[in-house]
Amino acid sequence: MTALLDVKGLTKRFGGLVAVKDIGFKIEAGEILGLIGPNGSGKSTVMKCIMGIEKPNAGSVKLDGIDVAGWPTHRIARAGVGIVFQHARPLQRQTILEHIKLALLPDNLLMLATDHGVTRRAEEIAARVGLSQVMHRLPRTLPFADLRRLELAKAIARNPKVVLVDEPFAGLTSGEVADFSALIGSFRAEGHAVLLVDHNVKSVAALVDRVLAMYLGEYVAEGSAEEVMRNETVRRVYLGGKIETAARPEREGKDRTPLLDVRGLGVLYGKATALDDVSIHVGEGEFVSVVGLNGAGKTTLFNAISALVPYSGTINWRGETLAGRTPGSIARGGIVQCPESRELFGDMSVRENLDLGGQHFPVAEAAKQLDWLFGLFPILKARQGQAARTLSGGEQQMLAIARALMMRPKLLILDEPTLGLAPVILEQLSKALEVLRQTTDITVLLGEQNVTFALPHADRVYVIEHSRIIWEGDPARFAEEAGAGYL
Amino acid sequence: MLRSRTFQVVVPALLVLILLPLGVNGYILGLLTLAYYYAVFAMSWDLLFGFAGEVNFGPSFLIGIGAYTAALLNHYWSWPIPPCLVAGAFAAVVAGAVLAIPALRLTGPYFGLITLVAVLLLQNVLVLFAGITGGEIGLDLPDVLSIDASTNYYYALAFMTVSGAILYGLAQSPVGLILQASGQDAIEAAALGFNVAKHKLAAFCMSAFFSGLAGAMLIFYLGTASVGTVVDIGVGVNVIIAAVLGGRRTILGAAVGSIFLIGAGEILRPLGQLSTFVVSAIALVVILFFPGGFMGRLLQSGGRE
Repeated sequence: MTALLDVKGLTKRFGGLVAVKDIGFKIEAGEILGLIGPNGSGKSTVMKCIMGIEKPNAGSVKLDGIDVAGWPTHRIARAGVGIVFQHARPLQRQTILEHIKLALLPDNLLMLATDHGVTRRAEEIAARVGLSQVMHRLPRTLPFADLRRLELAKAIARNPKVVLVDEPFAGLTSGEVADFSALIGSFRAEGHAVLLVDHNVKSVAALVDRVLAMYLGEYVAEGSAEEVMRNETVRRVYLGGKIETAARPEREGKDRTPLLDVRGLGVLYGKATALDDVSIHVGEGEFVSVVGLNGAGKTTLFNAISALVPYSGTINWRGETLAGRTPGSIARGGIVQCPESRELFGDMSVRENLDLGGQHFPVAEAAKQLDWLFGLFPILKARQGQAARTLSGGEQQMLAIARALMMRPKLLILDEPTLGLAPVILEQLSKALEVLRQTTDITVLLGEQNVTFALPHADRVYVIEHSRIIWEGDPARFAEEAGAGYL
Repeated sequence: MLRSRTFQVVVPALLVLILLPLGVNGYILGLLTLAYYYAVFAMSWDLLFGFAGEVNFGPSFLIGIGAYTAALLNHYWSWPIPPCLVAGAFAAVVAGAVLAIPALRLTGPYFGLITLVAVLLLQNVLVLFAGITGGEIGLDLPDVLSIDASTNYYYALAFMTVSGAILYGLAQSPVGLILQASGQDAIEAAALGFNVAKHKLAAFCMSAFFSGLAGAMLIFYLGTASVGTVVDIGVGVNVIIAAVLGGRRTILGAAVGSIFLIGAGEILRPLGQLSTFVVSAIALVVILFFPGGFMGRLLQSGGRE
């Protein structure tokens, strides 16, 4: 018997970056496979290659024996692959029922009217996912979880042989997670093959039959959820092999007003809760790490501090509220963020990027700062004339950090500097941060999902999960107290 | 509920328009006749922008192709009007498809830019070959639809009603739903099994058909085809303003917007050059503060009930 979905040797390159390297797996009818890996591991790219949203460079994707690799998305969908997207973007003027009907329509230019069978079928599906009560309402009047239900309903309507689900539980409460688990479980009962894509094993362990773990585009481990959680490589990827910590003794001035004081912070993205009652503080000269998986709320927290998203609660900077200040005035006030996406000016040279960061200073002072930075990141000195776009990922990250430092921040916010970087680059970056920490009095707030990277430099650690801070303490205690819950 | 509500508004409004020639002078009828052709331009444009999500900056490319094809056939080969209209509409569809097939591969603003360039090209070609096309002065036509104002008015009203009904019906049909999904999120639409390019191309052809046909009808009403009336960028801009003013994604709103735009231009004519300024200012205010347009607000409050 052939597997319903059989992926072999799947490889996808973006320019020089190999996002997916020789990945293969099989899913039988009535089986749920979890595909897990940290941010940047290539799991979403695997899913997109199966759906045809990205075209794989090599490998085969066999659907019930037919190779569909490289087909356009709509043909793959017709052949029997359905996807439940993480972010729903429903049509505004159509009711929930009409959305489900849309998924039931054939790809035909002459469909000018639908028969009653379609309406009845759509109503059945609405009932199955628990949308009966609201099926005549417009999407914008519904809570987030109902919009996710609608995505599931559309997948059910297509009745695909293979269902791909992207982060099934992101942004849902525990009650809703139970509902969704049951619905996804019903796919298995009906003989569909299901691929769940998620960040960690824990969130999908109860639902999956098998798990495949990826890291940096490569296969790491495969087996039952327990086996994968026990796997050495997986543990190293998520927790680091041996976590080194080096918390400095508490700095003086601990009892004074902290430099940054965030209290009761809440952020909503439309209807999804992105941050819920988050309170953190950062003392002068302190190095604080906020550790959490992708989607936990790290970037949202930093964006709220930089006034890039609206929030509730208070954020105090040196005892004064930041409410009502513009992102520009906050940056000039000393809080400089180095975003996850780096935001370099790709067509400008390395030097020009750095000079832009030093615009506010007199020439002599900027030159001094530049010298110091070239000492910290010697590679940038060698690359001065090169366009930023042509740097490797690690060099780009160093440039992003250097540009932020050109502004002489009081508080440097680093958002996932390790994203998508190879281990050898991590080491260089890690060394630079350590030099920074030992030789200057700069205050750093670091957001990371890579614990191995985040812990060695930190004086204090917060763990953020599902939009809330769930642990705070010193890095030495992290492994025993919070580590287990992190896999 | 919404459909019957629309019906309740449209039918009495049409009755009023039908009875209008009994109480209004020929000048106003002439103005409305022009407005009805513009209404078809704007409705065709809304099908593309409101539903397929593609901004066509050059509606007058399609209008102009339809108009000049009909004009040339009538002027040089003395084809009777009906085959000229058919040929004009057909030529617009062919030209539209030739333009859209490569342009729809591009994403973002590039589709819009290509349509804009197409208008400029057409305008240049018409002026360059002035010996054949009449250039800036225009090409006079041996045949006209009618010399009677009321008859012309009814031709235009009937044409607008039928085109509007077809375009509106299409937009409300399952195909319109697929089109809207494709316009809003092409990847998701494709993942639901819809060939996005095919549906968008079909919408473009449909839009081209009605634009070209209306363009051809318009010149047989005016008795002359000139760059200034059917090809100029300004014509396209007016069509776009009318559609956005009336309400994106409503089809019917585009017709309301056109009638308003031409009506307002006339009422403000005593202001001279200022009238264009005032109409543009009104359009700006509506677009800034009521992006849903006239009909958008009407339909939205209907949806909330």
